[in-house]
Amino acid sequence: MKARIKKIIDKYHSNKGFLVPILLDVQREYNYLNREALNLVSAFLEVPISQLYELGTFYKAFSLEPRGRHEMKLCTGTACHVRRVPLMKDNIERVLQIQAGETTPDLEFTFETVNCLGACALGPILVVDGEYHGNISISKTNKILKKLGKKVKIDEEN
Amino acid sequence: MAEMVTLTIDGREINAPAGTTILEAATDANIYIPHLCSNEELAPYGACRLCMVEITQGERARLVASCIFEVADGLEVETNTERVLNVRKLVIELLLARNNKHPALRKIADELGVKETRFPVEQKGCILCGQCVRTCREVVGVSAIGFSGRGITRKVATPFMEFPPDCIACGSCVYVCPVQFIPMKEENGVRTIKGFDYPMQKCSKCGRYFAPKKQLEYFSKITNLPLEHFETCVGCR
Ligand code: FES
Ligand code: FES
Repeated sequence: MKARIKKIIDKYHSNKGFLVPILLDVQREYNYLNREALNLVSAFLEVPISQLYELGTFYKAFSLEPRGRHEMKLCTGTACHVRRVPLMKDNIERVLQIQAGETTPDLEFTFETVNCLGACALGPILVVDGEYHGNISISKTNKILKKLGKKVKIDEEN
Repeated sequence: MAEMVTLTIDGREINAPAGTTILEAATDANIYIPHLCSNEELAPYGACRLCMVEITQGERARLVASCIFEVADGLEVETNTERVLNVRKLVIELLLARNNKHPALRKIADELGVKETRFPVEQKGCILCGQCVRTCREVVGVSAIGFSGRGITRKVATPFMEFPPDCIACGSCVYVCPVQFIPMKEENGVRTIKGFDYPMQKCSKCGRYFAPKKQLEYFSKITNLPLEHFETCVGCR
C-alpha cells in the first residue's frame, strides 16, 4: 500500500495544494478512503490527519466507508418527490435491506438519495452506476435490481 | 510604521493602520461591536456573523462582517443602523437555536433586545465559531481536531470521532471556547478532555502532577531538548 500511495503523491509532486485530487486518486484505487491510506497520505505530506478527515467528510465525492460494487442514486428532489419517489425509496430499502446512505454488507450495493439531478422532466429518476433511468416505478426499480443480481421476491415485483 | 488610513465609524473620524479590520479599528476607538468568533490571536475568519456592520463606499451601502473587512480611506461605517440591528438579531436568534442557555449568548441577546429565538431550539451547545479548531491549528500547531461534515451536519470533530492521535492535551480548545462546550477535568494524574484520557507527568522533584505527558513530549520534540528537561515543574526548576 505504501508504494501505491507514494506513487499517487509523487504524481502531484508532493504538493499539499492538491489534497483533493490526491484523495480522489486514493479513493479510486481503494474504492473508499480507508484509514491506513489516509494515515499514509498524512505522513507523506505532513498534513494532520484531522484535515484529511475534514475533507473526507466535507465532500460528497468522498466516502470513508467501503462502497458497493453498484451505486444507486435516487432523486428525492421536489419534482421527483411528488411523483412518488418516497414509495420507491421504501421499496429499494426493503429489497436491499439497508437504509438510504448505506451499503449492503456483501458490498454489492450502495444506495443513496440525492436532491434534484436537474432532469426533472424525466422524473422520477434513479441513477445506477452512472446510467440514468427516467420515469421509473417500483416495478422498474425491481427489474433493475434483479438485473444486477439481486433476488427480488415475486410479491414485491409490482 | 504601517500606512495610516482615515475612515469614519458612526460619524467619528478614526485613523487606523492599513490592513487592520473594521472590528479592530472600532475596538481601538472604544466603539463596541458584538462578536463571537473573532480572536486577535487567530487569523480573521468570519463565521458567526454577529459583527455585521453597514459600510458605504461611494454610492453603495452594504453589510459586511467587520472582523474580516479591512479598513480603507474614506470608508464610512455604521455599527448601529436598523439594518445592522436586524441582521444581528437574526444571527443571535440562530445562535440561540444551537444554544439558548449560555450566559455569554444570553447577554448579547439581551443587549439586542432578543428574548427568545423564533427557531426550534436544538441545544447543540457548540456554536461552530471554530476557535478551538483554529487555535489548535494556528497557535498550538498540532491540528488535532477539525470539522466534520458540512451544512447541518457540520461539527467539531476528532479524526474518525476517535481518540485524537495528534492531541497533546494542552487544553487550549477548552480555554478558548466562548460557550464552554468542551469539558476538561483533572483527577488522579489523568487529564480528561471531552471524554478522552491523557496521563499527567509527576514533577521529578516535588512529585506534583503538573502537565500532560503528551504536551511535554511535544515540547521536547519542537525544542530538540531531552524529555527529562521538561519533567520538572516550573516551580522546582
Ligand atoms: S427533482 Fe428529481 S431531477 Fe429534479
Ligand atoms: S466576529 Fe465577525 S463573524 Fe464572528
